[in-house]
Amino acid sequence: MKLLYTVVPFAPLVGAIVAGLWGNRLGRTATHRITILGVLIAFLASVAIFFDVHNGNTFNGPLYTWGTSDGLTFEVGFLIDSLTVTMMLVVTFVSLMVHIYTIGYMADDPGYCRFFSYISLFTFSMLMLVMSNNFLQLFFGWEAVGLVSYLLIGFWYTRPTAIYANLKAFLVNRVGDFGFLLGIGLIAAYAGTLDYAETFAQAEKLATMNEAVTGWPLITAICIALFIGAMGKSAQVPLHVWLPDSMEGPTPISALIHAATMVTAGIFMVARMSPLFELSDTALSFVLVIGATTAFFMGILGIVQSDIKRVVAYSTLSQLGYMTVALGASAYSVAIFHLMTHAFFKALLFLSAGSVIIAMHHDQDMRNMGGLWKYLPVTWLTALIGALALIGTPFTSGFYSKDSILIAVAHAQIPGATYAYFCVMAGVFVTAFYTFRMIFLVFHGKERFGQAHAHHDHAAHGSDDHHHGLAPGEKPHESPKVVTVPLVLLAIPSLLIGAFTIDAMLFGGWFANVIFVDEARHGSIAALREEFHGALAMGLHGLTSLPFFIALAGVALAAFFYLVRPDLPDRIAARVRWLYTILVNHYYFDRFNEIVFAGGARRLGRWLWQIGDRTVIDGAMVNGSAQIVGEVAEAGAALQSGRLYHYAFSMILGIAVLLLFLYLV
Amino acid sequence: MSGMPLLSLAIWIPIIGGVLVLAAAGNDRRAFEARLISLFAAALGFAVTLPLWFQFDPTTSAMQFVELREWIPRYNIRYYLGVDGISMPFVVLNSFITLIVVIAGWEVIQKQVAQYLAAFLIMSGIINGVFSALDAVLFYVFFEASLIPLYLIIGIWGGPNRVYAAIKFFLYTLVGSLLMLVAILYLFAASGGSFDLLEWHRLPLTLTEQKWLFLGFLLAFAVKVPMWPVHTWLPDAHVEAPTGGSVVLAAIALKLGAYGFLRFSLPIAPDAAQAFQGLMVALSLIAVVYIGFVALVQEDMKKLVAYSSVAHMGFVTLGFFLFNALGMEGAIVQMVSHGFVSGAMFLCIGVLYDRLHTRRIADYGGVVNTMPKFAAFFLLFAMANSGLPATSGFVGEFMVTLAAVKVNFWIAAAAATTLILGAAYSLWMYKRVVFGAVANPQVAALQDINRREFVILAAMAFFVLLLGIWPMPLLEVMHTSVDALLAHVAAGKL
Repeated sequence: MKLLYTVVPFAPLVGAIVAGLWGNRLGRTATHRITILGVLIAFLASVAIFFDVHNGNTFNGPLYTWGTSDGLTFEVGFLIDSLTVTMMLVVTFVSLMVHIYTIGYMADDPGYCRFFSYISLFTFSMLMLVMSNNFLQLFFGWEAVGLVSYLLIGFWYTRPTAIYANLKAFLVNRVGDFGFLLGIGLIAAYAGTLDYAETFAQAEKLATMNEAVTGWPLITAICIALFIGAMGKSAQVPLHVWLPDSMEGPTPISALIHAATMVTAGIFMVARMSPLFELSDTALSFVLVIGATTAFFMGILGIVQSDIKRVVAYSTLSQLGYMTVALGASAYSVAIFHLMTHAFFKALLFLSAGSVIIAMHHDQDMRNMGGLWKYLPVTWLTALIGALALIGTPFTSGFYSKDSILIAVAHAQIPGATYAYFCVMAGVFVTAFYTFRMIFLVFHGKERFGQAHAHHDHAAHGSDDHHHGLAPGEKPHESPKVVTVPLVLLAIPSLLIGAFTIDAMLFGGWFANVIFVDEARHGSIAALREEFHGALAMGLHGLTSLPFFIALAGVALAAFFYLVRPDLPDRIAARVRWLYTILVNHYYFDRFNEIVFAGGARRLGRWLWQIGDRTVIDGAMVNGSAQIVGEVAEAGAALQSGRLYHYAFSMILGIAVLLLFLYLV
Repeated sequence: MSGMPLLSLAIWIPIIGGVLVLAAAGNDRRAFEARLISLFAAALGFAVTLPLWFQFDPTTSAMQFVELREWIPRYNIRYYLGVDGISMPFVVLNSFITLIVVIAGWEVIQKQVAQYLAAFLIMSGIINGVFSALDAVLFYVFFEASLIPLYLIIGIWGGPNRVYAAIKFFLYTLVGSLLMLVAILYLFAASGGSFDLLEWHRLPLTLTEQKWLFLGFLLAFAVKVPMWPVHTWLPDAHVEAPTGGSVVLAAIALKLGAYGFLRFSLPIAPDAAQAFQGLMVALSLIAVVYIGFVALVQEDMKKLVAYSSVAHMGFVTLGFFLFNALGMEGAIVQMVSHGFVSGAMFLCIGVLYDRLHTRRIADYGGVVNTMPKFAAFFLLFAMANSGLPATSGFVGEFMVTLAAVKVNFWIAAAAATTLILGAAYSLWMYKRVVFGAVANPQVAALQDINRREFVILAAMAFFVLLLGIWPMPLLEVMHTSVDALLAHVAAGKL
């Protein structure tokens, strides 16, 4: 089996190398065939491994020894269990869909082969991340997906906004990694190992210790440090700022990396570390509050976006917040469940948005759309399925996972739970509103396209040459099969997978022995189990429960604003100008970072360079001492006057000093 | 092969090669012959170091490949060579980098070709001497002699401000060396007339003696590393040096100082080293953080990479003075890695400079449009410079940071800021130089790298990745020697 495990990540890597080095020589068709074959092999192998794990065969072992030092062994290896294989299936399936979709989406792009190389490289990195059995390799995958994300956000490298966004994404992630690395360092220092299983075996011992220098409770310090890493990768407030800008990348990678897989790495990591997080209520509270804040306040920003991709991006932020809330409520399996359903319906929404963008000739402004359902029937239907799942309509996959989160938070007892509950419930309304605002603006209402960029507000979303738009009178067309088939294939699990898997994933023993919950102290998952009487009953009950009505109200309000009275939103925005200004500026996070951190670092650097290096060290010390040498030399030169009596006097003086010296000794 | 004096060959083949180049092809009309002889000498010099690696016995901390001959019997000065797991990798690295530098200068240097190549070859031999000398006088001679070729390389083939840079470089290092000479003479007297380094390691010394000796060596080595605040010669020297000079300076010359700590300061004055731990750690962290900020605002690419070298070498000295095996091995890996990464960064800047004759970041922009292959290499090295896992730049920083957590969490936290700062200065420069639309007609006219440039960058990339993906072989070589050194430091002399 070890060979099969190895095949999963390395098949996409081979594809990536071939496409990257020889893609242009092989041609487009050969390149996409090779990379798709690699991902297909990875997917099929994952399916085989899934059945194997289902039969109870797990694996934990090294691939090779990376290094040894000071009693620590650094290894590259695999941990194959139910959590791993769930992630492997999600990653390889979504990646496969995105690979196929890319054939259509990137058809006109000169960087076609490069793009395939990057997304296969990403698939490799992400698989190494989720399959790891130790912190070193986790960090490897962690940074490698960051690298590919950097490459893909900056894929169109001539756009100023894209190369600004990719640098920002990398640096903000590095801020998270700063915490992550220190967390790993604490584990290495106090547990003496980087292996997951060996670390977990010592978790109880770590929980009784304090950090030697700072005096912090060790387990809390470790968990919060690791979570800071997760905040970067999974875009939690205040390290979320990179994700909306990452939409500068091509849409397929927004679906794959910035919605379905990479951004969920932080969620996966915390779930994997459940034996550690369960031991620190402080860390869990921190996780809960950060997640709730992200879920609610980022969702609100989705309301004021006019770029279709940015709506979905803020929605992703908000949904990542929901997953984080579930983690904080000790409902790790629920978080992974929502991660999985979200991967399907959010990838679907992004790819639908991409299909719309193709039809609109790369105009992403929803104010130029409207009434598209007639022209893009498949895209419309699949996007609608994605939207219904996103807002948690009963019986869709999103309903099962989101409703479970709501119940779990309702039963959470740790500090911050009340605040979190308010945020996630209010978030349901916000989600429903912005989602259907998007659906109505894009697919329904008056047809606003083909008006030669009447509203084309360049400043709002960064002007660039890729925003063409439809010519006057031109009608949009449905996208080709390579685009719509992945949409349909993603729509099916978006609808159904929740109902079929909820029992096994949350209550059955799928994650037994993998995810650890201390049910005596954290009762959320136990309460969920008590209330659960089958998927059908849960769906029926959902039709009469509060979240459903809240969501319904959100949809109704969106319908009123954007179908019945489309003049209202602008008038309301004008009324509460101050609030609108704060929202369109994303709460001024970007401005603050730009001035305080980026600007501050540059000012500090310039000050240290000019004052520290140039004035003090070079000016006073180096050139100063050279100057003293020079002056002494000049003084010495003045002595050589050429007058005989000067020399004679000096000689006598010298002899006198010498004699005195000898006499004294 | 085992019977051959491999270390002597590694020292003298390049030096004799250099003399031959001067004698046979001193005139520029015979530049091609000069290049050919140099390439042959460098390749042969590298080839004789390979058995050092493959026949090395990693199970002992004793000196290997030892050669011992009388030199000046009157003062008990001997021609005494040998390497252990700490010094051996640097002999191999140095010989490899020399080969790269000879190829890198192939058609770039058109004036005084033979003299240029001879300077590099001779310096390569001298530096191998530094890493393998076990007699203090022999070490001192090589250590000082290594200044001369570098001084000439900067002073003759350098940029417009080369004389200032060369003299600053020379004075800085000379002042440091003089204090070292005093320390060496003191040890000669204290040991009853021996220059044997290994004997000095065992020599009992009081704490006061050790402290003075430590400080005497400190300035010499700190200038070479360079540590803050005696680092300001490095950016000037790099900016004025030709590409090859920068590569050797960054990849090899900086390692001499760091190596000096391991061969002199720590084993001879172990108790003083521990007494000064706070000072050394503080200076190292200042190098990492302060210099990181300074690197961020540089407008000249070479200055930026020069400052980033200082920051990376901060990790080396930090790793030494944590006094645990993880930190010290991480520091040595960092030294080797920095040789490849920093060397490659300077090669990349050289590739651009050869075409546009400017190193100002503002003169570039959108290079990827005209030089995609170059952009790919440059990205790999920039990422390695910012410590991306699976590149060599990660290994040392990771190990040293982990080692620092064991000693003091706050030291680790300060060191870990390199994750942010390193990425910020490397990638911000990369963005401004490589990404974007074509900035000006000069960039539009750029030609992508030729086959010769491709080969040298690919060779560097190979080692950057190999060391990042599998550092085990390098770590295995040094385990025993590092453990022995740390045990010696821990035992002390009091």
